Amino acid sequence: MEYVIEMLGIRKEFGSFVANDNITLQLKKGEIHALLGENGAGKSTLMNVLFGLYQPEAGEIKVNGKTVNITDPNVANDLGIGMVHQHFMLVENFTVTENIILGNELTKGGVIDIKDAAKKIHSLSEMYGLAVDPYAKIEDISVGMQQRVEILKTLYRGAEILIFDEPTASLTPQEIVELIQIMKRLIQEGKSIILITHKLKEIMDVSDRVTVIRKGEGIGTVITSETNPNELASLMVGRQVDFTTVKDEANPTDDALVVKNLVVTDYRGVEKVKNLNLTVRKGEILGIAGIDGNGQSELIEAITGLRKTKSGSISINGQDITNKKPRKVTETGVGHIPQDRHKHGLVLDFPIGHNIALQTYYVDPISKNGIMNYGKVSDLAQKIIREYDVRTQGEHTPARALSGGNQQKAIIGREIERNPELLIAALPTRGLDVGAIEFIHQRLIEQRDKGKAVLLLSFELDEVMNVSDRIAVIYDGQIVDTLLPKETTEQELGLLMAGQNTRENVVKQGDKENAE
Amino acid sequence: MPNRVVNILVPVISVILGLLVGAVVMLASGYDPVAGYAALWNGIFGDSYTIGETIRTITPYLLSGLAVAFAFRTGLFNIGVEGQLLVGWFAAAYVGIAFDLPMYIHLPLAIIAAAVAGGLWAFIPGLLKAKLQVHEVIVTIMMNYIALHTTNVLIRMVANGKETTAPIKETASLKSAFFESMTDFSRLHYGIFIALAMVLVMWFILEKTTTGFELKAVGFNKHASEYAGMNVNKNIILSMVISGAFAGLAGAMEALGTFQYASVKGGFTGIGFDGIAVALLGANTPLGVVFGAVLFGALKFGALNMPNAADIPVEIVSIVIALIIFFVACGYIIRYFLEKLNKKKEAK
Ligand SMILES: Nc1ncnc2c1ncn2[C@@H]1O[C@H](COP(=O)(O)OP(=O)(O)OP(=O)(O)O)[C@@H](O)[C@H]1O
Ligand SMILES: [Mg+2]
Repeated sequence: MEYVIEMLGIRKEFGSFVANDNITLQLKKGEIHALLGENGAGKSTLMNVLFGLYQPEAGEIKVNGKTVNITDPNVANDLGIGMVHQHFMLVENFTVTENIILGNELTKGGVIDIKDAAKKIHSLSEMYGLAVDPYAKIEDISVGMQQRVEILKTLYRGAEILIFDEPTASLTPQEIVELIQIMKRLIQEGKSIILITHKLKEIMDVSDRVTVIRKGEGIGTVITSETNPNELASLMVGRQVDFTTVKDEANPTDDALVVKNLVVTDYRGVEKVKNLNLTVRKGEILGIAGIDGNGQSELIEAITGLRKTKSGSISINGQDITNKKPRKVTETGVGHIPQDRHKHGLVLDFPIGHNIALQTYYVDPISKNGIMNYGKVSDLAQKIIREYDVRTQGEHTPARALSGGNQQKAIIGREIERNPELLIAALPTRGLDVGAIEFIHQRLIEQRDKGKAVLLLSFELDEVMNVSDRIAVIYDGQIVDTLLPKETTEQELGLLMAGQNTRENVVKQGDKENAE
Repeated sequence: MPNRVVNILVPVISVILGLLVGAVVMLASGYDPVAGYAALWNGIFGDSYTIGETIRTITPYLLSGLAVAFAFRTGLFNIGVEGQLLVGWFAAAYVGIAFDLPMYIHLPLAIIAAAVAGGLWAFIPGLLKAKLQVHEVIVTIMMNYIALHTTNVLIRMVANGKETTAPIKETASLKSAFFESMTDFSRLHYGIFIALAMVLVMWFILEKTTTGFELKAVGFNKHASEYAGMNVNKNIILSMVISGAFAGLAGAMEALGTFQYASVKGGFTGIGFDGIAVALLGANTPLGVVFGAVLFGALKFGALNMPNAADIPVEIVSIVIALIIFFVACGYIIRYFLEKLNKKKEAK
């Protein structure tokens, strides 16, 4: 069998830490090859080795049977290897076209030929069904489109082998469906794909084979059609696992978060939250279901004080927090796992320990009279690292050097540890492996059982259905309905999220049938 | 090789490389590098007088370097150190001349006046940045010119139309009879202790206080800082003010130490701008700034001896000095080669 890529016995060290140890991955032409492993197992590292960002300490890489030495990403590009990174690498205030040609500009007499480039991009996007607006600025387009830009970037450079590092983690379910179609299209055109994802369902759906790594070690490769999610999970973790969320009935008591007639505008002054009403009680998890862009982010930013409200009121346990500063909101008892962990959640250049103290650095015992006690910072950090299984060399490691999933676990630990009256969890399990997701769900339920209120925002319907005690559906800046998970279905939720009132819908469908 | 060794080795190798290339330049233009470097050496360490003057030169560089480095750690580029230094210089001189007070009040008052003046001067760009998102680089550059001409006008007023003010009162002077006797009447003054104390102050603020924690966080990631309840705008302004206070103190060194007066200037002193190089050489850490200031100050002062003692034209001297600094600034290249060497050794 012919392999387009062979990574044989790869070893990669960071100082004394071994991130990859004797990993072998062989990619066949025209296949989608999944790479599976827990958070911090070394997947991104392995792919960065293939893309020339890291040099391996041992092992061999072959492209089309020939041994190669990929010293930097330019070499990888020349070999036809393209990578769509876990965290996008786009210039925010450049246009789509400018980003795609960046570093690879076509010039005509020394001047960049944007028109020609735009043409080439247009034909590529037609060919693979990658709809983008070539003249839009990155900061103005959706995450899904940004990802298509990243894909186009690799195709523009002539990539034959595409590496996708957790492409679906930041996408909405709709966008995921589109992405899967794009990947299939790419395969049809003769490309080969390495896909990293934590979602076993996606692996089962699209991949041909799966290579599993565990704590940096290569475990082996299995054929997708001959395996099942359970086997994959136990290969990944190294023991039998059971990933069902168990929880008792909720015992909700008083109202904790009360949002009344809230109106919030975005930076252009467009109303994103329109007269919204919402209540979360102590001792319950309220899940917000909705399609991205229906006012979820603005709602959460308004509650947490990151965005001014236009009108309406927000209170926690009877205390008004409308338009209060983030510090005041935090002190009133709000914990916030933010949607964008790199923008809001972490100071990437700080040690992970400092990040864990980011919300409490100014209070006793972490500091006294304005003087930091870094010993106490370390104590707290070590506690969170231990209890939340944050895999890192230590609390002094820069947050940047942690794997995506472990960064997330550190944030979650920081917020839950403060034991807030209201915990806002926005996409808390984004980028986490199945084991970690289960762990986080248990922590959320634990908070609820302690009588705290939990507001969960998720784009994944099964997460909303499994974890929430009540589900509020948000559409066009309003809560259109509140349902009990037991009494609803994913179909019904889907319709509500799309703005169709179910009862009306039934009537409409009835009308249609009558007419036919 | 342990990290610590590498950290010391890198600057040493950089300086040696710079000296070597500088030697080549001198050779190529027909001058004797041995004589040139001997003159440089003597210009720095030749006798107690030159040593005193060298340290005197280093003193304001320490403070201007701290000023740039401090702002930089908060993500701000303070190019206005020069202007803040000038207003600090004037303020210190004015207090030194205008009041009659006992020394234990007069001297601290003059020093504090300089820090406050520098801090206020930097407050303006900080405020504009925080409230109106005006880029601090542009504002601080403009403020340099305003400072230059405004202080000139004020100096003429204080000097009754003359170009130079009266000397400051002895009660406000940093002059040191002790240092003078030790260094053959160089102008070395007690200001060096203030500068070194400020190195400690910067380290303390950044590494020990909650304010430092906030300043660094804001410098790295404004959004996360805001999320964590920090007042981003307040921190931007505070950082500029502290930076400006360091710069103002650099001015006090000149007013109360080296010159003992203020005089109308035709152009900038350059100390503020050189502070940028000092900070970068020192990787914006307090200890690094000490290293950068010592290197910069010593080379600057020692080089003055090269035209006299070795007949090397000033232009060549500037090139040689620039080369040395260039190589130190490129330290990471040397670090890279050291690491490669390390790997090879380990492989064997
Ligand atoms: N630049 C680095 N310096 C030091 N350690 C690093 C660096 N990059 C990664 N690591 C460590 O290597 C390990 C593997 O990280 P990697 O990012 O490859 O994990 P991953 O499998 O992609 O995890 P995730 O699913 O969470 O993204 C982690 O423990 C991480 O802390
Ligand atoms: Mg990863």
